Amino acid sequence: MSTRRIFARPARYAAIAPYLWMALFFLVPFGIVVKISLSQTAIAQPPYTPVFELGEGWEAFKAAFEQLSLDNFRLLVSDNLYILSYLRSLVVAVTSTLILLVIGYPIAYGMARLPQRWQGIAMILVIVPFWTSFLIRIYAWINILQHDGLLNRILLALHLVSEPVAWLSTDTAMYIGIVYSYLPFMILPLYATLAKMDRALLEAAEDLGASPLKAFWLVTFPLSLPGVGAGILLCFIPIVGEFVIPDLLAGSNSLMIGQTLWLEFFTNKDWPVASAVAIALLVLLVPPLVLYDRLQRRQVEGGR
Amino acid sequence: MAEELAKTANHSTTEDTALRRATDMPLLRIEGVTKRFGNFTAVNALSLDVRAGEFFALLGPSGCGKTTLLRMLAGFETPDEGRVLLAGRDIAQVMPHERPVNMMFQNYALFPHLSVRDNIAFGLRRAGMARGEIATRVAEMVALVKLEGLEKRKPDQLSGGQRQRVALARSLARRPQVLLLDEPLAALDKKLRESTQAELMELQRRLGMTFIIVTHDQEEAMTMASRIGVMDAGRLAQVATPRDLYEAPASRWVAEFVGDVNLFEGQVISREQGRLKVTTREAGIITVAEPHQPVTKEIVTVAIRPEKIKLSRRGLASAVDALQAINRFEGEVAEINYLGGLTAYRIRLDNGAVVRSVMANTARLDVDGYGSSERVAAWFAPDDGVVLEQ
Repeated sequence: MSTRRIFARPARYAAIAPYLWMALFFLVPFGIVVKISLSQTAIAQPPYTPVFELGEGWEAFKAAFEQLSLDNFRLLVSDNLYILSYLRSLVVAVTSTLILLVIGYPIAYGMARLPQRWQGIAMILVIVPFWTSFLIRIYAWINILQHDGLLNRILLALHLVSEPVAWLSTDTAMYIGIVYSYLPFMILPLYATLAKMDRALLEAAEDLGASPLKAFWLVTFPLSLPGVGAGILLCFIPIVGEFVIPDLLAGSNSLMIGQTLWLEFFTNKDWPVASAVAIALLVLLVPPLVLYDRLQRRQVEGGR
Repeated sequence: MAEELAKTANHSTTEDTALRRATDMPLLRIEGVTKRFGNFTAVNALSLDVRAGEFFALLGPSGCGKTTLLRMLAGFETPDEGRVLLAGRDIAQVMPHERPVNMMFQNYALFPHLSVRDNIAFGLRRAGMARGEIATRVAEMVALVKLEGLEKRKPDQLSGGQRQRVALARSLARRPQVLLLDEPLAALDKKLRESTQAELMELQRRLGMTFIIVTHDQEEAMTMASRIGVMDAGRLAQVATPRDLYEAPASRWVAEFVGDVNLFEGQVISREQGRLKVTTREAGIITVAEPHQPVTKEIVTVAIRPEKIKLSRRGLASAVDALQAINRFEGEVAEINYLGGLTAYRIRLDNGAVVRSVMANTARLDVDGYGSSERVAAWFAPDDGVVLEQ
């Protein structure tokens, strides 16, 4: 009893720390963005009204509060520029996540099957690109994909094409960039689940009459689903909001939501609409998150 | 239900037996099988026959190659040399999923994402059995291993003993020609292990199936197996019934590996009337019965199990018969270990050697026990000594 009391207090304080962090660096900024999204744009400093001034008393606060409206959200629904942007973001994110899964799974599987001492090296090889700045790596892709870039020169030298292919400013270039950048985020969680899988399970499956392929499908794959889920989540959510890669590699005829947001914020200087775009994006991403959480929990409960 | 199963299993065994009689082949024949891992030879030119319906144990210290041999029977390792004949067919190169053998894995290797029912049905589904038939067979198996009511549980909702039963049911469900068991009881505690041993034997007898078990636990092998193959460094050191293994070990190594033993090395000085006299450094002259196989070597080892060495008080020597006087050594009690049913003594002989003796505690009150440092005579009958040439 007494030992419990001694340890309980600091433990309780320690448990508060992450919530404090979340409140300070997530909830407060989130609240500010929500407020801006409900404001109107203005040529002022800051560029929106109303502005809450704590010094002007309760009445002024109430008046300011009454000025808040959902106009910006109505705009998001009425102007199909935004809807198209969201749709494109979703399409790009789903497509790239699928490609990532198809490429990442065999790589992770291969890594997990390597002899122990090679697994560490393979892991480092996956992580090594992170040592170079993300932006520089994307610029490197511009270099590779441009008119007289490495890819075209190789294709020409191999006589696979007769004239340079326009890679840059296409969706293909964007997908190459996204898949390249996010591949480690897909591989690492998959590798983590595949590496800790008991080889005896596969042997048991084969012993019971499953061919190696069947054993993979009936045992390895279902047991790697938590890794698949984590990989999908780690890739899908940031890709939906991706800005740099589509901006540098894709064409400008259709925009992802991150680009639209940038446009509203920096080109149109419309902070309220930009904030509304951001909030709507967040709301859009909540369902898959909840779904994933639920699946994960069911797995844990089913497992116990 | 279990009875029915036993009947069908027996039926197929009779057919098998008839077939084998015609070809005069054991169910399983291992012929000169060698397996190397790099420079290490795990199994070395090993040959072994296992008959249908046998409960055969592969016993040996860790690293002796017993698990590798079992894995070659299951198909997880391919022999570098030799043949593995199952009912006359060479299966050395056959993939594991195409072999009519099943294995019960050491840590059970139950599929964690599947329920008890689906684990047991796994092999049946792969065999393309009809849905209704699968349900019947699974129910039979569940009843056989007494897991009724737990069919829907996942493996980690089961106790260790229950998991062991699921693994057993899963490996038996396909009615394999040979069931391989890799240390099947190692993960259970002592009490559970003993009751499970009895159940396994009962099951094997009832199903009439051929079991090959790998174990490092000699007591387990002795209890369950009808024959034991003792392995050392990739070879079979001896294949024998539990009793022969213990009472007539083939070598010093086997004698020492299986149970406790007193070993005396010495030179044969005479053989007359079926008796061999061996002069040993530790215990002077020992008289033992000459083995059936004539002894060819000059230097031999005499092995005597501790329970064959009897103790008596010095004063009583005149009362015991002449037989005792043949191998009789004076000494004093150096160490006493009370083990419950037995008491183990170490006797320091007057010539310096130490012999071990085990006596059953047949009376509850310790009126006849020997005290520390007490003078005693240790003796054994000539028939109780085994002459070993290697």
